[in-house]
Amino acid sequence: MNATSRSASDARRTTGLPAPLVPLAGIALLFLGLPVLGLVVRTPWTTLAEVLTRRESLDALRLSLVCASLATVLCLVLGVPLAVVLARGHFPGRGLLRAVVTVPLVLPPVVGGVALFTAFGRRGIVGRPLDEVFGVTLPFTTAAVVVAEAFVAMPFLVIAVEGALRGSDRRYDEAAATLGASRWYTFRRVTLPLVAPGVAAGAVLCWARALGEFGATITFAGNFPGTTRTMPVEVYLTLQQDPPAAVALSLLLLVVSVAVLAGLRDRWLTSAR
Amino acid sequence: MKRAAILLGVLALAACGPDEPGPRADVSGTVVVLAAASLTESFTELGAIFEAAHPGSTVSFSFAASSELATQVEQGAPADVFASASPATMGLVVDNGDAAAAPVTFARNTLEIVVPAGNPAQVKGLEDFARKSLTIALCAPEVPCGAAADKAFGAAGVTPAPDTLEADVKATLGKVTLGEVDAALVYRTDVLAAGDEVEGIEFPEAAAAVNDYPIAVLRNARNAAAAEAFVELVLSPEGSGILMDAGFDVP
Amino acid sequence: MADIGQMTGAAPIPTRDSGLEAELRVRRGGFALDVILTVAPGEVVALLGPNGAGKSTALRLLAGLLPLDDGRVRLGDVVLEDTAARVRLAPERRRVGVVFQDYLLFPHLSARENVAFGLRARGSDRAEARRCADSWLERVGLAEYAGERPRQLSGGQAQRVALARALASEPRLLLMDEPLGALDAGTRLSVRADLRRHLADFDGATVVVTHDALDAFVLADRLVVLENGCVVQEGTPTDVARHPRTDYVAQLVGLNLYRGLAAGGTVTLDTGATLSTAHPTSGPVLVAFPPTAVVLHRHRPDSSARNSWPARVTALEQHGDVVRVRLTGEIDAAADVTALSVAELGLEQGASVWAAVKATETSVYPA
Repeated sequence: MNATSRSASDARRTTGLPAPLVPLAGIALLFLGLPVLGLVVRTPWTTLAEVLTRRESLDALRLSLVCASLATVLCLVLGVPLAVVLARGHFPGRGLLRAVVTVPLVLPPVVGGVALFTAFGRRGIVGRPLDEVFGVTLPFTTAAVVVAEAFVAMPFLVIAVEGALRGSDRRYDEAAATLGASRWYTFRRVTLPLVAPGVAAGAVLCWARALGEFGATITFAGNFPGTTRTMPVEVYLTLQQDPPAAVALSLLLLVVSVAVLAGLRDRWLTSAR
Repeated sequence: MKRAAILLGVLALAACGPDEPGPRADVSGTVVVLAAASLTESFTELGAIFEAAHPGSTVSFSFAASSELATQVEQGAPADVFASASPATMGLVVDNGDAAAAPVTFARNTLEIVVPAGNPAQVKGLEDFARKSLTIALCAPEVPCGAAADKAFGAAGVTPAPDTLEADVKATLGKVTLGEVDAALVYRTDVLAAGDEVEGIEFPEAAAAVNDYPIAVLRNARNAAAAEAFVELVLSPEGSGILMDAGFDVP
Repeated sequence: MADIGQMTGAAPIPTRDSGLEAELRVRRGGFALDVILTVAPGEVVALLGPNGAGKSTALRLLAGLLPLDDGRVRLGDVVLEDTAARVRLAPERRRVGVVFQDYLLFPHLSARENVAFGLRARGSDRAEARRCADSWLERVGLAEYAGERPRQLSGGQAQRVALARALASEPRLLLMDEPLGALDAGTRLSVRADLRRHLADFDGATVVVTHDALDAFVLADRLVVLENGCVVQEGTPTDVARHPRTDYVAQLVGLNLYRGLAAGGTVTLDTGATLSTAHPTSGPVLVAFPPTAVVLHRHRPDSSARNSWPARVTALEQHGDVVRVRLTGEIDAAADVTALSVAELGLEQGASVWAAVKATETSVYPA
């Protein structure tokens, strides 16, 4: 009697969920899951194989994966330093800078694409001298896809890494300094490894956002098979003529991205400990 | 300002003209019109005239790619009128049984070459679209303006070398307005609407790619009387006048 | 500021002394620290003081983790900081090792990598750093834990790794912040003994910050007592234990302490009461005697004790096999008595007793 009541209370403690949260969490899961389920239900299974093995589909998928990954690398290389400056720097106007970082989050992606033209287009602030001096133009190239995706996805990385840095214990940096480590060495060997989970989470968000990017990409990079037609653009155009095929393509993008994320997660979890 | 002037003029004309639709007692409330993106300017004007002529009525527009609008109709979007930029797209709606009556062609649109103001790349005709050194935008073949462009190039015997295939005609035009491409093929209405930032160049093969615009009242119209009155306005001489001002041909 | 340090660090100002010489002055809001500290090579100085006295601030100033408002720090012939000369070496350019209160071992690195960190940071190659780290782990008796992450180490082991890490890069000054503070009583004893041995081997200057008197007495050659940002007493552990100069120190070393004016063999306390002492002196003095010297009686004692006064019991505390009795009266004091005495005298809170101290049990020294 005594033993059973104790074990019951133990079980309650180990699950430990406040009751009102459970139904709400269930609704949230349905809210997120049902549209995906809808896609699966509407998928034309008979023509699926044909749609998915089309050359255009595979080209678009490959381009999407390559561009999203390159955009993530670009975001890591530039976004992590920005996050450090935001989290650790002391200078006036830091609040303003943080607001600037979040602009791509609130900007409609299509407007983001137009904004990219004003900066990097043939007549843009940077784009014009680039074109006139080097004859290099960015729009309508694969590089433009990467730039557009990085523009839209970078805030996710910066915010995640900045949050991790703010939550990390700066005394480890001090300990490293007393051991004779330069600031750069400390950053590489102590600061960054300690926020690695935050960086990984940010990179995953960043990659996922880049993979699904449509508006800024189609505006700034345009749409051309093999160079700039990513999967979301392919889905959008297919939707104009053949909605069932578009559903099949969406499902392909979904399955591949979930598989990649799950694979990364397993690998990351196993290598972490 | 310009619109107000036209509005006044049209009202004056309507007041004394013999073909005025006249306020109808049963026309009031909101009429929802789904219209192809290329109709944005002309239909907005027609909406203002309609509201002035029928006090107590409101016209609510949704402008987008015709194919997108057709999908919305199929999904049961609450709409009264559908004006498409392509008979094929209208065909989908009719085939689904969503049209209340047979669609009527109310306008025709013709393709034009559009270049940034000043024509920096010295584009003269369709044959320039084959030049690899130029940056060219075309509509994707999946959308009506892209299908029309394909026909024109077929008639001209030119194989174009586009750098981007845009998802709709406004996006195509936008690339020219921004100066990011040297030339594009869009509708004449779009060239007119874009104003001074672009220049239009007519070309003979355009005749091979004339695009018919059909309009229909939808079966599920919640305000059928107002919907029919709006279609009547579009087909009336005033409506034709505004469409012609916008660059359309009227049958 | 690091740049200034870089410039002057290249041209050190030579001095005769090779230990630590520091004048530390900072002001943070209402708190002001003003400490002069010298530590000879091989000497262990304990900075002892209550919480908030400024011990940790002093340590951070020495490590360069906080800038001085005013003052200077010289280690051997290198000026680490001098506000007048606008010199300030960044922490990573000082040859100062720090053992932090909770050790701050890098959680993502193994014990060996932690110990090798400073060597790697200063440019040693991997193999050499590893060899050196392993020998340090061997010295602190943790050779078999080299591959473990900090979270797998016990508190005592982590403390030894932290010490090895600080010493591996051969600092000239070792700073320890409450080195035993994070340990439970059992481990504390053995770790304290180990630490004393390692500190004896270290030939640089050592500053240990602690609020634990026993740690300070066992580890240090000299004590510097800090209260409210100022040094209130300095001396060898024996000296400090025998002649406390403040109530805080007296409490730490377990003595009754009074301030007064001596005239011959009698000291008039600030409260007005008088105490007879064995050695005649004059002028302002401090008088101290241990609680064990206080004898309690139910009635006024007849003779032998020259100092006796009526008092009331305010508290009774069990300390091992003795009971510490807190008394208030003409002279407030603590008395240590046996449990038997408590029973015989009927001691309880509020009880009235007579307290007596022999003049020969008192210690008198100039204030």
